[in-house]
Amino acid sequence: MLVALFALVALLAGLAMDGWDRLSWRFFTSYPSRFPEQAGILPAWVGTVLVMLVTAFAAVPLGLAAAVYLEEYAPRHWLTDFIDINVANLAGVPSIMYGLMALGLFVYRFGLGHSILTAGLTLALLILPMVIIATREAIRGVPDGIREAAYALGATKWQTVKDHVVPYSMGGILTGIILALARAIGETAPLITVGALSFIAFLPHPPWQADFPLISFQWLLDPFTVLPMQMFNWVSRPQEEFHRDAAGAGLVLMAMTLAMNALAIYIRARFRRRIRW
Amino acid sequence: MKTEGAELRVQPARSAATLRRPWERAVEAMLLASALASVAITLGIVGVLLYESAAFFRQVSLLEFFTDTQWTPLFSEPHYGIAPLVCGTVVTTAVALAVAVPAGTIVAVYLSEYASPAMREIVKPTMELLSAVPTVVYGYFALLFVTPLFQRMWPELPGFNMLSAGLVIGAMIIPYVSSVSEDAMRAVPVALREGSYALGATRMQTAVRVVVPCAMSGMAAAYVLAVSRAIGETMVVAIAAGMQPTLTWNPLEPAATLTAYIVQVSLGDLPHGSIGYRTIFAAGLVLFLMTLAFNIAGHVLRKRFRRAS
Repeated sequence: MLVALFALVALLAGLAMDGWDRLSWRFFTSYPSRFPEQAGILPAWVGTVLVMLVTAFAAVPLGLAAAVYLEEYAPRHWLTDFIDINVANLAGVPSIMYGLMALGLFVYRFGLGHSILTAGLTLALLILPMVIIATREAIRGVPDGIREAAYALGATKWQTVKDHVVPYSMGGILTGIILALARAIGETAPLITVGALSFIAFLPHPPWQADFPLISFQWLLDPFTVLPMQMFNWVSRPQEEFHRDAAGAGLVLMAMTLAMNALAIYIRARFRRRIRW
Repeated sequence: MKTEGAELRVQPARSAATLRRPWERAVEAMLLASALASVAITLGIVGVLLYESAAFFRQVSLLEFFTDTQWTPLFSEPHYGIAPLVCGTVVTTAVALAVAVPAGTIVAVYLSEYASPAMREIVKPTMELLSAVPTVVYGYFALLFVTPLFQRMWPELPGFNMLSAGLVIGAMIIPYVSSVSEDAMRAVPVALREGSYALGATRMQTAVRVVVPCAMSGMAAAYVLAVSRAIGETMVVAIAAGMQPTLTWNPLEPAATLTAYIVQVSLGDLPHGSIGYRTIFAAGLVLFLMTLAFNIAGHVLRKRFRRAS
């Protein structure tokens, strides 16, 4: 039983021992390099943040809408059952399959190239089933009394959903979304197939510009790398020094996922305390 | 996973006033479209795999694909036999299951039959955290921690081998096995346990002879779904098992799996539309069919167990 706990501790300790002294300001602000002592993770963490932005923007509205439909609107017939089974099955498809689909569809068919946009959309599709399942569970927890009260006051269905059901289940929904994003941060395999670069010495275009609209979307089509990709690249090199870089990148990655998990646990606890039916 | 709710719930009066609001209708249509997006993803995956594989099988016969014992699509004298990759996948999966099934079952028995509620509150989130660790970190662990450990015991063990990769995958899917089997065990009616205690059975006897047999079909579902997880695992094998497609059943040797091969090719720079590019879709199709079979079997078992309890 304690084996699991021990494994987690051993994992963290091993990683920390190898990577701790690599963590410094310069590690975060340098580009990768042929010289392991000078290598850093700047493009990797910037890439991770940008890809996650795209993922969140695509997966959250789509997942929420699908879950609301399935839970509140869907009539009980074959189409709903079919969507149900489909979502459950999608959650079991290996992540690399999403990568292959994105390579065939997004990269070549739609011509999006090996870009941040492609990567973000791929991960969005990957976590969509997780978002849908978590949201549905949260919505199911709202007692019917709330809905009946809203209808009694003359609210339409959509008003009931948007003003009562969704706000009340926000805790569960947010928890699900954060956990899904935490999983997406660590995903490597689908991004390798859509062509994440392993050595990149420049940053994507900044999302702002001096001319009129001020916001620029040029970065969406830039090539990219992400943290787990950078780590994979360093692990697969033979030199010991690069393994230490990999451990450093791994530490940063673990810190990010653990922080997101902690946030999810905190939100869950907070909402649970606040709502009394 | 069924929506019992929607039907039983009170619905707003479908009065003329509601129906006349075009906005309500539009919203419903938009929500339906989002729900259908998940179906589109499945169609996309199947479509791309079939389309590219079809192009592949126009150049390589099915006979060669299944009977050739070499997989060397990128050599000057290419062979397209899927056997070595499937073999690598089977070996790593077997090693992973040898770890995950016993360990996951023990954890589940402990959580459902022995643990105090306070203990559960600590153990369950820890298990969740364990499954949140990025797979590339597990790969690092397998290559640079587990393998050197074994090499101290057997110095002749190669740096890349399927044993460490399989063991680490096994450890990785323990939380998955234990949470599904625990659900199955908790669904066993308390009366059965009480009956067993009344006959003088100990806790251990009750757990092993009453609870586990009752929960068997649910646990079987957990194992089957774990198989599909292990088959689809990519980064650990790509890092720790080496990328040489070798036809061997010996877990101490390096070998490539289906997933590792896809990664290897994707890291290179194959031109779009070439036969090399298409091989990864053919490998992907085989992988997809393998996991699909196990996923369906798992869901069938799970459904049966839900109906039984």
